[in-house]
Amino acid sequence: MTGTTPLGAIFDLNVPAHYLSWHFIQISVPNFVVIVLMIVVFVAALLIPFPKREREP
Amino acid sequence: MSAPAHRPAKAERTMWTTRVRERAVREMPPEKLLPDRQPSYVSSWIYVFGVVTIAAFAVVVASGVILGLKGPEWWHLTGLGHFVNSMHLWAVEIFFFAMVVHLWGKFFMGAWRGGRSRTWVTGAITFLVAIGAAFTGYVSQQNFDSQWIAFEAKDGLNAVGIGSFFNVANFGQMYTWHVILLPTVVVLLIVGHVLLVRRTGVVPPYAARLAKAPPAATATAAGAATGAEDA
Ligand code: HEM
Repeated sequence: MTGTTPLGAIFDLNVPAHYLSWHFIQISVPNFVVIVLMIVVFVAALLIPFPKREREP
Repeated sequence: MSAPAHRPAKAERTMWTTRVRERAVREMPPEKLLPDRQPSYVSSWIYVFGVVTIAAFAVVVASGVILGLKGPEWWHLTGLGHFVNSMHLWAVEIFFFAMVVHLWGKFFMGAWRGGRSRTWVTGAITFLVAIGAAFTGYVSQQNFDSQWIAFEAKDGLNAVGIGSFFNVANFGQMYTWHVILLPTVVVLLIVGHVLLVRRTGVVPPYAARLAKAPPAATATAAGAATGAEDA
């Protein structure tokens, strides 16, 4: 199924993940990406203003 | 609720139904259980992540029910089966993603303050139980991936001494944990967690407390305060 779609070519899940190594820390690229995304969403949740309701007291 | 609750005669009040009802109404009056107002600081995206977690969990349960009813052959060999299987997996990803952002938010708010420790602890236990639910799901896939995971896990579980009654190579056992026992625990924990949030009200931000209390008292006042200041 690999490469049957453009997305499939980028996110090929049929091979083992690549690993990042930094001293004793080892983490797969997918796990690292998820952690970065969680931090991005967390910061965005703090910064993006919440829409106000119409009938605000 | 403005109308007084039914006050039963003394004989009736020895009944457990009466006692449970009275206690439930006292601890969780309807206007607290289903409020129509929240303090202004709640209008921030960071407060949305608890509900995002619940929404993702609802999709997990709904797609899981379909997978369970159709069976492994369907989820491995048909297009629609693959689709529902993917819905289940990705809803789980969103569930944990939202739960972690929620946890970080509550951590930096210090949302265990003011008699809210049980809210924090039920949340933390839900996280641990949910990891177990996800793990038993991975070993219930009925494919080489689940065999690989089970055989990687078994040595560790045997080493800590629980392998004899938590046997990852036993599909029936893992499947029971995954589709009945652990989801039930997660549901009960979420219900308890949300009821606790309703009971105490949302925790006031640090800054709001500093503005009200004299500077020296703030460190200790946090532990003593209840949800009264939210009203
Ligand atoms: C299945 C997972 C979980 C669900 C569905 C869930 C749901 C919720 C919801 C709906 C709220 C109220 C709205 C909000 O502030 O977001 C809430 C509040 C809270 N949650 Fe969770 N939560 C979960 C996991 C956790 C975890 C892992 C923790 C931390 C260890 C946690 C700690 C808290 C605390 C302390 C509050 C109270 C906030 C306050 O009183 O202001 N929760 N949760």
